[in-house]
Amino acid sequence: MRRSWSAPSAALAAIALLAGCGGGGPGSGGGSISDDGITLGVLTDLSGVYADLAGPNAVKAVEMAVDDFKKKHGDKAVTKNISVISADHQNKPEIANTKAREMYDRKKTDAIFDVPTSSAALAVATIAGQSKRLYFNIGAATTELNGKSCNKYTYGWAYDAYMLANGTGTEVTEHGDRNWYLIYPDYAFGQDMEAKFSTAIKSAGGEVVGKDATPFPNDNFSTFLLKASAHKPKPDVVGVMQAGGDLVNVVKQYQQFKLKDKDIALAVGLMFDTDIKSIGQKNLAGTRYTTAWFWNMDDKAKQWSARFKERTGVTPTFDHAANYSAATQYLEAVQRAGTDKAEDVAKTLDGMKFDDVFARNAEVRKEDHRVVHDAYLVQVKEPAESTEEDDFTKLVKTIPADKAFAAPSPDCTMG
Amino acid sequence: MTSFLQQAFNGLVSGGFYALLALGLAVIFGMLRVVNFAHGALYMLGAFGAVVLSDSLGLGFWWALLIVPLVLAAAGMLVERLLVHRLAALDPLYNFLLTFGIALVCQDLMRMKYGSHSQPYAGAPFPGSLDLGLFTFPTYQVFVLCVAAVVCLAVWLLLTRTRIGTVVRAATERPETTRAFGIDTGRWVTPVFGFGAGLAALAGVLAAPMRAVNSSMGADLIIIVFAVVVIGGLGSIPGAVTAGFLIGMLQALGNLYVPVLSQTSVYLLMAVVLLVRPAGLFGKEEHA
Repeated sequence: MRRSWSAPSAALAAIALLAGCGGGGPGSGGGSISDDGITLGVLTDLSGVYADLAGPNAVKAVEMAVDDFKKKHGDKAVTKNISVISADHQNKPEIANTKAREMYDRKKTDAIFDVPTSSAALAVATIAGQSKRLYFNIGAATTELNGKSCNKYTYGWAYDAYMLANGTGTEVTEHGDRNWYLIYPDYAFGQDMEAKFSTAIKSAGGEVVGKDATPFPNDNFSTFLLKASAHKPKPDVVGVMQAGGDLVNVVKQYQQFKLKDKDIALAVGLMFDTDIKSIGQKNLAGTRYTTAWFWNMDDKAKQWSARFKERTGVTPTFDHAANYSAATQYLEAVQRAGTDKAEDVAKTLDGMKFDDVFARNAEVRKEDHRVVHDAYLVQVKEPAESTEEDDFTKLVKTIPADKAFAAPSPDCTMG
Repeated sequence: MTSFLQQAFNGLVSGGFYALLALGLAVIFGMLRVVNFAHGALYMLGAFGAVVLSDSLGLGFWWALLIVPLVLAAAGMLVERLLVHRLAALDPLYNFLLTFGIALVCQDLMRMKYGSHSQPYAGAPFPGSLDLGLFTFPTYQVFVLCVAAVVCLAVWLLLTRTRIGTVVRAATERPETTRAFGIDTGRWVTPVFGFGAGLAALAGVLAAPMRAVNSSMGADLIIIVFAVVVIGGLGSIPGAVTAGFLIGMLQALGNLYVPVLSQTSVYLLMAVVLLVRPAGLFGKEEHA
């Protein structure tokens, strides 16, 4: 009931828009491309809490991948008829379910991209398995997509809870902050993050001295911060797993209660550049977290980000870059396979090693369809360290691809 | 014990927000019999007002505290005159839908303009902490509690010690009788609506330095405020204020001792109150 009040007129705004299609005439498709073309569907949060970090610009990232693919292959492209459609799932699994079915069955979509919110992503993975069409998860963090709920049509492209927890939990503990107090939102993502962080902290020799599940959404975290600061033994670091507006609340209140002065550091489970802008770089300076990518991490990323900004007006988040990467690799796989038949495309992708603007030292793992790639433990820069607009992130350590993600889960059977 | 007191105090701070919002809802409901669903949106607009004044005009927190409630009170009066007023004679459901619609429009407009991520607020006053003897607490949050308490007290004095207050209370409790005495209750309707809107905006400005400022901040909060108003007794002013502070404390202490119930404690209390005293803690049974 609580969420439904805030459900805005987004339903009205969820008009699937046709874009990027050059309007190729009938009969222009190649023989082995079904329905005379390829359709990429971006199912994302177009209006809610994740609309800025994914959202309309994730759609534009996929459109950009299509344009780049067309430019690169010209007349040799497997088909000229490539279109991008999108829909708003409002972060609700039941809406994601309906929209994914509509995309696969009625709109002839060959592959779905993005889908933030774990419960929604799990729903889409199930439909992908039933419809025998591909799904590239970018926005959702749950490890279940490549574990218990894996299937041979679903890929995990950008990140997962293990990557975040392993990077931050292990590194911060080994750095000397051994006692942790975890504050996590009481729903699937938060619980998953709490479990993964606890495991990582313990195996690095640290200890979780206290933890609290918090209501969601919540605007008063003072209770939990007070509990943490009064806790015996004293925690060295508070790990917060909140996202979006709740993360802003918890950090603002962490500042007001001056936990930093009490020698209790702050570590954040999942953070996007949009969060840093909301909270203010000054307030977060020094905070450590793990990310899959950041826009100015090297020249290759920077050049792409400049092109993306030209198209959209914003600096890309890792979700945007990963959507571009997944769409590009998918189209290249179709090109190599010479067909858009999901099984054949999957065969081309499985085991593939690649490097692109987003993923470095990447491999599409055959066993569980997890794409492993380098991850980055980073720190928010002091404002004085920033040299240009949106320059927030300082690299602390690159976590190599084979360490960044968990080994394939025994729970995953592709069938 | 210290931790208990500290948490209780922390509860009073968040209770201050509930009380300010519930107070506005209660006076509006009392006078107009309108459940103002746009109240959460006004709170959100109040917080955005502080951000906009600081970002585009360079006006700090204190200016925002003065200007934003006045501007939104004026906007509230305009909405009452142009829209709410026209539906007053119809089933209350129409105004319920109208204000709910206004809330959605405000929320989506702010999202179109500012996106769905939160806005940074640079103008936070009182960066330090205050030593309260047994424990220290962020000065700003102590200030928020003081403002909430003073405003609630001032409204109470206004209603009980002034002629305007007497008229408003009479019109709230017995509209027919009051009119029969020859008092034009209608002319007070617009200012009261504006006043309630101003209170919500005030709460919003107070929230900007300590909470996330985004288009959905009001929608998330208003559900609890409705529960507060129901628990206090619909339209009862002391009920709204008392229940506001009570719920704030209940949530804070609940989080400390029974974290499992932190999400549901408010609604459990509401269910119990409705079973035992259907008119709310301070409410009077309506006689048909």
